[in-house]
Amino acid sequence: MGRRSILSFNHPFSGGVHPKGNKNTHDFPSIRLDDFSSVEILLQQHVGPPCVCVVKKGDHVDVGQLLGRADHPMSVPVHASVSGEVTDVSFVISATGAPVEAVTIASDRKFTVDPSCVQPSIASREDFIKMVRSAGLVGLGGATFPVHIKLSPPKGSEPDVLLVNAAECEPYITSDYRQICENPDEIIDGILAVMKWIAIPRAVIGVENNKPLAKGILDHEINKRRLDTKTDSNITVKSLKTIYPHGAEKMLIYSLTGRKVPPGKLPHDVKALVMNVGTLRFIGKYMKNGIPLVRKRITLDGSALNTPGNVNVPVGARIPDVIAASGGTKEEPSKIIMGGAMMGFALDRIDCGIIKANNAILVFGSREAKVPPESPCIHCGRCVDVCPMNLMPTGIDQATRRQDTDGLEQFYVLDCIECGCCTYSCPAKRYLTQSIRNGKTLVRAERTRVLQEQKLREAETMHRAEKEERA
Amino acid sequence: MSLQVSSSPHIRDNVTTKSIMRDVIIATVPATLASGILFGLRAVLLILISVLSCVVFEYFSRRIIKRDNTISDLTAIVTGILLAFNLPPTLPIYMVVIGSFFAIVVVKQMFGGLGNNFVNPALTARIILAIAFPNAMTNWSVARGAFRFMDSLNGVDLVSSATPLAILKTQGIEGAASLPTYLSLFLGDKAGCIGEVSILALLIGVVYMVSRKVITLWIPLTYIGTVMLLTGLAGKDPVYELLAGGLFLGAFFMATDYVTSPVTRKGRIVFGIGCGLITAVIRLFGNMAEGVSFSILLMNILTPHLDKFTASKPFGEVKKHGKA
Repeated sequence: MGRRSILSFNHPFSGGVHPKGNKNTHDFPSIRLDDFSSVEILLQQHVGPPCVCVVKKGDHVDVGQLLGRADHPMSVPVHASVSGEVTDVSFVISATGAPVEAVTIASDRKFTVDPSCVQPSIASREDFIKMVRSAGLVGLGGATFPVHIKLSPPKGSEPDVLLVNAAECEPYITSDYRQICENPDEIIDGILAVMKWIAIPRAVIGVENNKPLAKGILDHEINKRRLDTKTDSNITVKSLKTIYPHGAEKMLIYSLTGRKVPPGKLPHDVKALVMNVGTLRFIGKYMKNGIPLVRKRITLDGSALNTPGNVNVPVGARIPDVIAASGGTKEEPSKIIMGGAMMGFALDRIDCGIIKANNAILVFGSREAKVPPESPCIHCGRCVDVCPMNLMPTGIDQATRRQDTDGLEQFYVLDCIECGCCTYSCPAKRYLTQSIRNGKTLVRAERTRVLQEQKLREAETMHRAEKEERA
Repeated sequence: MSLQVSSSPHIRDNVTTKSIMRDVIIATVPATLASGILFGLRAVLLILISVLSCVVFEYFSRRIIKRDNTISDLTAIVTGILLAFNLPPTLPIYMVVIGSFFAIVVVKQMFGGLGNNFVNPALTARIILAIAFPNAMTNWSVARGAFRFMDSLNGVDLVSSATPLAILKTQGIEGAASLPTYLSLFLGDKAGCIGEVSILALLIGVVYMVSRKVITLWIPLTYIGTVMLLTGLAGKDPVYELLAGGLFLGAFFMATDYVTSPVTRKGRIVFGIGCGLITAVIRLFGNMAEGVSFSILLMNILTPHLDKFTASKPFGEVKKHGKA
């Protein structure tokens, strides 16, 4: 348990926990899976309004062909991951339960690439940012923030350091690590490209120290460039203490630079740019072959699987197909999680396609899926000790159950990053993180209500003033 | 396929309320054994009766108020053990049962059960007994020839005696001759409550609890440190203050009760200092020789306020929310 004790000098940030790593698939090379009869690609795989569909039923599409056009400035385009015929364009229910438009393509197994996919030519920063967007790139750490927006911070907040997030602090997930092992050259290419076109003088790659090979591999690649090009690229690799959630943005920035991101603010407010190592690898790859984001590296793990491992699958491949193609299950799954064990999403409908945000599918057997029932809070303080944001989860939990929005504001409930450390540590097995999410909903609703009442009062006052003027 | 759909996180640490209580129970075993050696089997019997009464009272009070049966979380057992630890070995059995009733039914269940009591159940019951039955609760005795116990295995000879702190209070330095030595105090060859006398036995339990991460040392060390500092400044022997009375038991086993102590580190430090301050004041200026129970009780009441005032600012927060 990651309790902060007086004896832990080497603590990168306060709190944090040490769940069992379960990095069972560390050493398994990624396997490319292509044998899918159809894929279902969502037209919204980013934070922001959905894309506009530009294909219709019956159209033939090739790999990399545009399916969804990004009309809104925040949207990121979506492309076909297989070649074949479009069999359906309709609304489906996504993994999170929201209705999203999706394109279903029946694969002809040929994987012919769209002729528009050529090596891009970049001449300026604007070109680079446009390229990143047209490649369909979103943050591949899981949050799917549009990368082109991240690369365009407001004036005055230009980053002076690029922090490469290779922490991969979630248990089970090893897809980032495998990318480091298998394509370090593409990663360094991507880092150099961002440094060059966004004019960032230095980069630091943070890797948790439970991945010893990773640091060596990256160092080797960086040195090779130094020797080949006779220039120092100013990229360093730093070993991070293995503790969850070291890969959380704010924790990583603090650990690598000592800068604290104020609540409600973004990394560019402390002049830092944080990018997932997979995102950067994709940039490196795209600048060579021009094929947009249509494949994902995913860790498959969990006790119900026959052969856990890392797979390279087309975006939109349906989860049951992926599980079957990688070896299938040895027992009836009790819980299927899209994402990691600490922050992932338990699915009730598994017939959905892989999305850009996916880094793992966990298939839990009955023993792994068992969560004991809640019992009363014994006020032990473990949740307070482990919270990386210095909040008081038990206080928030009690306030939520009382529906006390004033109390929730006093507990800074909106600053919670929902990492799950509190719930992980709780001996009473309380659903603290979920309670905090409910608390956030209450506070947001209350703030909206207060704002609306205020606007109403202002409107009334103005209206009355106008009446008096006229009279 | 029926899938379990619950919210993240999907994994949990191994520790449970029950496993923590189990560790506390294990930590009390050395002191239980010591009480048998020092005071004879009756002391162990009182512990067992206290535990049994607490469990029975919890079971029936939950049934009567139509709530779920909670005796399996082991908290009633812990309350039973700690209550007995705070009682003299000669206490009549019916008083032990009354104490258990107050601890479990009144202080714990009537306020909402586990997690909702605002004062320490065992300690509060002890105070109630001390006020209701002052003579029986101050009938101290010590084993005659405790370390020649092996000679008389059929039971230990108990003789009446005053506790070391009481001797100091009433007789001052003149009573020095009848005071036990540091070693005697440490091993438990003195008059006192069942669980408080053998510092050695308690220490073994403390080491176990700290190694199992059941307690943190903020409260006990600040509590004991404050008492030793203040009594030392007032001219008393601080080591004596630590070894002689119920301070060790109170600081490590009673004041560290989760439910009634703060959750923040700063809160715990203030709590410990507060307990130490009140204990020192009572011992130095009050009529009573002890002071541990009352000081912990009073600080228990302050705990919610301590939590509120010592809550940390969120990571990265530079100024008060909402203000410029």
